[in-house]
Amino acid sequence: MLTCREIGERASDYLDNDMNWRNRVSVRLHLMMCKHCRAYVDQLAKTVQLLRNGIFTGDASEPDAELIALLATRPDETK
Amino acid sequence: MKRHKPNAEMSDELLVVALKKGDEAAFRQIFARENAALLAFARNFVRESAAAEEAVQDTWVAVIGGIGRFEGRSTLRSWIFSVLANIARTKAKRDGRILSFSDMGFNDPAVDPDRFSGDGTWLSPPGRWSEINPERIVGGRQLFAHAMVVMEELPPNQRAVVQLRDIEGLSAPDACDILGITEANQRILLHRGRSKIRAAIEVLMDPDSGGQVGPAK
Repeated sequence: MLTCREIGERASDYLDNDMNWRNRVSVRLHLMMCKHCRAYVDQLAKTVQLLRNGIFTGDASEPDAELIALLATRPDETK
Repeated sequence: MKRHKPNAEMSDELLVVALKKGDEAAFRQIFARENAALLAFARNFVRESAAAEEAVQDTWVAVIGGIGRFEGRSTLRSWIFSVLANIARTKAKRDGRILSFSDMGFNDPAVDPDRFSGDGTWLSPPGRWSEINPERIVGGRQLFAHAMVVMEELPPNQRAVVQLRDIEGLSAPDACDILGITEANQRILLHRGRSKIRAAIEVLMDPDSGGQVGPAK
């Protein structure tokens, strides 16, 4: 039986489906019985989701003249 | 770091063909999409912003020069990140910065050990984040800004893996290739990085929770 501490260590592998069947079953069994670890795994999942859906203010960067000039003189390699 | 814009943009396949022809609009599109993310990524290798900017500029020069050899075995984005990683690594080495992605950030526990009792059960269990809805994260912008601040404090190898996997959405094999790390180490670094961000959000959500933000190591 996995401890809560061990769930804390394996939660990303579980969320990313990056563990073998046996380990996955062990984690699932623990989560069925432990609401604290369910809350923990849920928090980690939401953290990942936040990063994935992050709202970037990202500057609308523009390439400088050097890059545009370099591009303009690039031989067309598709011909 | 910028997300894909939803429409009116060329697919990567078309972008590559257009770039090979020296198409300026295509270049501006890929530049606007990736430049900020590349700058953030470069900082994992070189700390000073001038050096990071130089590495990214060199990356674009290499992309313009090398796009003809891009065969689509990885995504365009992965390829550009790997070009940058090579350039930034060389630069860090040249500047005498010994950069090792393999000797730090592995041993931090994912959860503060004080939150468990001796038998490994929760002493100070996590609360429910019911107000964070998976579909629409309430307060998302503020939380995300907070997560970014924590990102900055992660060891560079953890930060690099979290950026590539969770923010840029690259696959585990692509992240391993770009960073030159093993799959096992990639998994450890990703979990350590995510765990610290989770802990920081936990404190923000409920300052009275048992969550503690450890000092950045």
